[in-house]
Amino acid sequence: MNIPAELKYATTDEWVKVEGDVATIGITDYAQDSLSDVVFFEAIVSVGDTIKSKQQIATVESVKAAADINSPVSGEVIAINEALADSPELVNKDPYGAAWMIKVKMSNPSELDNLMDAAGYESYCSGREH
Amino acid sequence: MSEPTIFELSSPGRTGVTFPQADVPLTPLPVELLRDNLPLPELSEVDVVRHFTRLSRLNYCIDYGLYPLGSCTMKYNPKINEATARFPGFAYVHPLQPEETVQGSLYLMYHLQEWLKEIAGFSAVSLQPAAGAHGELTGVLMIRAYHQHRGDTKRTRILIPDSAHGTNPATSAMSGFEVVPVPTDKQGNVDLGVLRTLLDDTIAGIMITNPNTLGLFDQNILEVTRLVHEAGGLVYGDGANLNALLGITRPGDLGIDVLHFNLHKTFSTPHGGGGPGSGPVGASDRLKDFLPGPVVEVLEEGDEDYPPLYGFVEPKHSIGRVKSFYGHFGIMVRAYTYIAMHGPEGLRKIAENAVLNANYLQARLRGTYKIPYDRICMHEFVVEGKWEDAPEVIALDISKRLMDYDFHPPTNYFPLIVHDALMIEPTETESRQTLDAFADVMIKIAEEAHTQPELLKSAPHHTPVRRVDEVKAAKDLVLCCWIPEEQK
Repeated sequence: MNIPAELKYATTDEWVKVEGDVATIGITDYAQDSLSDVVFFEAIVSVGDTIKSKQQIATVESVKAAADINSPVSGEVIAINEALADSPELVNKDPYGAAWMIKVKMSNPSELDNLMDAAGYESYCSGREH
Repeated sequence: MSEPTIFELSSPGRTGVTFPQADVPLTPLPVELLRDNLPLPELSEVDVVRHFTRLSRLNYCIDYGLYPLGSCTMKYNPKINEATARFPGFAYVHPLQPEETVQGSLYLMYHLQEWLKEIAGFSAVSLQPAAGAHGELTGVLMIRAYHQHRGDTKRTRILIPDSAHGTNPATSAMSGFEVVPVPTDKQGNVDLGVLRTLLDDTIAGIMITNPNTLGLFDQNILEVTRLVHEAGGLVYGDGANLNALLGITRPGDLGIDVLHFNLHKTFSTPHGGGGPGSGPVGASDRLKDFLPGPVVEVLEEGDEDYPPLYGFVEPKHSIGRVKSFYGHFGIMVRAYTYIAMHGPEGLRKIAENAVLNANYLQARLRGTYKIPYDRICMHEFVVEGKWEDAPEVIALDISKRLMDYDFHPPTNYFPLIVHDALMIEPTETESRQTLDAFADVMIKIAEEAHTQPELLKSAPHHTPVRRVDEVKAAKDLVLCCWIPEEQK
């Protein structure tokens, strides 16, 4: 399982890449593997929206299940990955790259402290293998 | 698959129907409703019969073999059900007939209500809801009506265990509630510690399935219902797994306030027997006045010379109708027949044998398949469909390979709290020979997974349709074989 060292992770399996005060958000390799083939992506927020941490920002559906995607951080939505609506399979192919979901201009960067680092997320995932 | 669609089989001018002479005056249809661009298939009777017979031979059904689809209770539907449902007095009644002329049907509905009350321990039952999820919606709307009736408007949230059927959160959301998930503990029960922290005066209730979707009886159920009641909430029981409890314990006695029955699985006709389902709702004293109406009651007591007079009555604070007329009557006749044929002792044996069969299968698969919540199960159990030393193989491959051995696959990828879940419910229908044959195949497939994984990855090999492309099926929807010109 791929868990890039430079990212932060939420318990609900979103990753966050931080560049200055901008957070890019997607879902992890673990999440896409659990979902299996993703067939649908829909953002339920728009560029310009103000969102709170843990607020739902998107829905993904796979051949097995549907899942809510939540924002790990608060702030203003500044970009949404339009490509995912037409090519949701990118979530499986490139979860940390082409399948980024939204970018948020953070209003409270201290929320990042609540997230796990790569090592923390790895042990979190292995703890879930019941 | 070689069978064309019925539209492709159409041949202009061919016909299989001769309409009888009209026995009422003819009235021409309004001109604006007439159309000549509706290409209905044109076939002879034998074309139609052969087409559907061929299709049926490509299909798998409970009359053909084991159908261990977890949570669906795919039990055999006794043929006597079909005989009684076709009695002309039941088959040809019209819902607008005067009540005095349908007393036999009302008698059946009344006594089915009474039996369901007794079986599940409730004060009243309404037979209206069309099927299980509809019964859920009805029950949760009753909970909402109860709180609103008392002026308690701050209760806007419903608790739902993470092992729940997906219809539970959908029902709550549709009823205007916020869904609050409750985790499962290591034993497979509702996590009591977390439950305690979630209970306050904003909780309208909890939706609980017992046995749950792991096939486990929640050992803390009395504590769960006590805590929720103490906080002012109500308990919705999802009756999907009632088969395991018949004649042994009653949801009403466990503190459940409202529950839907799946007549079409607990009382035979699984998946509606190819027709509709039926999802009656039972309610405790507190909720009975909120049941959807009308329900059947005795309007006039009978005596030695005259039978009672049955009729429709509206519960006092009814949430109203949830279905046109009175629900799916044909399925009620089948359930009534099934209960009458078994009697109280027989119903208890159904539950005992359903539980015994599941435990027998679980014991035979233990050691070959990982059982994440491994304890005595009820009517079903969940194994993991993957092994660390066979990393390529996933649950779906096992399901597909089972089809090569002429078995219907179990439910896969549910419940969500088990990775690569295979949820197996044999029901009481199956003999030990059938259970052994299934277990032997499951063990053989586990061996193949380790020695010839490609056999599983490319399965099924011996079915009319081979491995289907599920991604294409989900993304590339073709739901209409013909689109009218004006809508193109």
